[in-house]
Amino acid sequence: MCLHFSTTMPLSTQSQAQDEQYVLVASLDNARNLSNILKAISFKDHAIFSATTNGLKVTVEDSKCLQANAFIQAEIFQEFTIREDLVGFQVTLTVLLDCLNIFGGSTAPGVSTALRMCYRGYGYPLTLFLEEGGVVTVCKIKTQEPEEPIDFEFCSSNVTNKVILQSESLKEAFSELDMTSEVLQITMSPSQPYFRLSTFGNSGNAHYDYPKDSDMMELFRCTKTQINRYKMSLLKPTTKALALSCKVSVRIDNRGILSLQYMVRNDDGQICFVEYYCCPDEETDDE
Amino acid sequence: MKFRGKIVDIACLNHFSRVITTISKLTKTCILRLTPDNLFFVLCGKVANGGVSMWCELSQANFFDEYQMEGMNPEDNEICLEVAPENMSRALKTVQNAKVVKVKLTKKHCPCLTIVAELPTLSSVSRVVTHDIPVDVIPRRLWHEFKEPTVPDFDVSIYLPPLKTMKNVVDRMKNLSNFLVIEANLNGEMNLKIETDLVSVTTHFKDLGNPPWGDGASQGSSSSQSRDPEAMAEARVDIRRLQQFLMGQQVNPSKAMCNIVHEKVVHLILLHDDMSLQYFIPAVV
Repeated sequence: MCLHFSTTMPLSTQSQAQDEQYVLVASLDNARNLSNILKAISFKDHAIFSATTNGLKVTVEDSKCLQANAFIQAEIFQEFTIREDLVGFQVTLTVLLDCLNIFGGSTAPGVSTALRMCYRGYGYPLTLFLEEGGVVTVCKIKTQEPEEPIDFEFCSSNVTNKVILQSESLKEAFSELDMTSEVLQITMSPSQPYFRLSTFGNSGNAHYDYPKDSDMMELFRCTKTQINRYKMSLLKPTTKALALSCKVSVRIDNRGILSLQYMVRNDDGQICFVEYYCCPDEETDDE
Repeated sequence: MKFRGKIVDIACLNHFSRVITTISKLTKTCILRLTPDNLFFVLCGKVANGGVSMWCELSQANFFDEYQMEGMNPEDNEICLEVAPENMSRALKTVQNAKVVKVKLTKKHCPCLTIVAELPTLSSVSRVVTHDIPVDVIPRRLWHEFKEPTVPDFDVSIYLPPLKTMKNVVDRMKNLSNFLVIEANLNGEMNLKIETDLVSVTTHFKDLGNPPWGDGASQGSSSSQSRDPEAMAEARVDIRRLQQFLMGQQVNPSKAMCNIVHEKVVHLILLHDDMSLQYFIPAVV
């Protein structure tokens, strides 16, 4: 395989001509701004990338019941050039993450890996140029045809209940949750208990209640009492995003589908979003 | 056969302990050769250990305050033992703040390297910790297997980049592939490459410099003088062997270099004031 790139040239001085063959070019001064947010959704191997002029959306799914989307807006990138309306491809996420962290992903101040991500189009690999301390790494990741992500048809007009919380308070709750419970039951209601997380594990039942006027509760908009159960195994991966986030919006629509939107602040103080959709556990229908 | 050594200086003790730990990361068992001036840790390339070999040389005077040895006989004034470096490493780690550490060859239920450490106390009663590390004494007729390896007739010799950087890269590549191609030229460039069904990754190091070897070494020969400085010599190796070498790096070498015999062997050398470590990784097809 021949590299169409001279390794002696710094990333920034690549000629315009070389760039023109790519349908997508995205550069970051700090590759961690991408790798961190991708880590938050890395619970399955395949990641569907779709790029538009607005930025990059990366989707990961599990068993048609859970979907995670990471949004990295075009403004986050130092350069974001796209030559088609929509560029889509699928790659193996663990491979991409290993490539992005090839220099160790150091968090030490003043040390960062510069990234230039290029894609020529259908059938071509996703090419990454990474540079740290004068050392250049070139990665060519095979791309696959993108699968069609599931459309959960989640729209805000169908949302019955919504709260926005400081992530801090949910992190606390999740760290104390009884993980031996098969499900997490979420109760949202305009009256008591307002917002309740319940588990039914080996050591008994536990409830975690949030008063609606707590400092941690930024918004409380519940119109109807809803009790839904979600598989703990599906919710577990969402804690990766929770750990990175500063705020989280919890919404449930009239079909019981749960949407968790995490606001994530990156190393440079910019905001990105990670969103999870989760289907309710079927058994709840009997109750 | 007699051997006893004494380390008093805490810096020497720590350094000795680091060297042993490094070796323990490279191999489960190795040969310890004791001569009047040096200690050698030797591993010969056997199929069982993936064909890697190691040669580590310590000058006794730089580590020991007292050092006495008496070999098998005056003509062969050496002692040759088989030892598990991890046992030595573990023993030395527990006595890191000792006032005095003595290492001696003893005959208990079996031949042992006995490490006796006098630990600091607040009272007048001294605390002594003794570790007996079983060893096998290697008979004279087998000594010839543990001779210093000759520097191979390499195609390219190059200084290594900072080992920490190299370790990060190799660790990630290990997640992606089982084999790695290491290639270098006489222009100070070295590349680490992997290629699998899913991904190809190449890390390019440049301006590393090529060590000047004397007349005796192979670079002085006519073949490499005429070598194109851009031409790469490469070897495909088991990535775990390279990772092991980088993982154990607790000694901060003053010089680290790599000799490549094209498609045959990678010869890694670490030089420190008072120790040198050579590590050979055979190329695989």
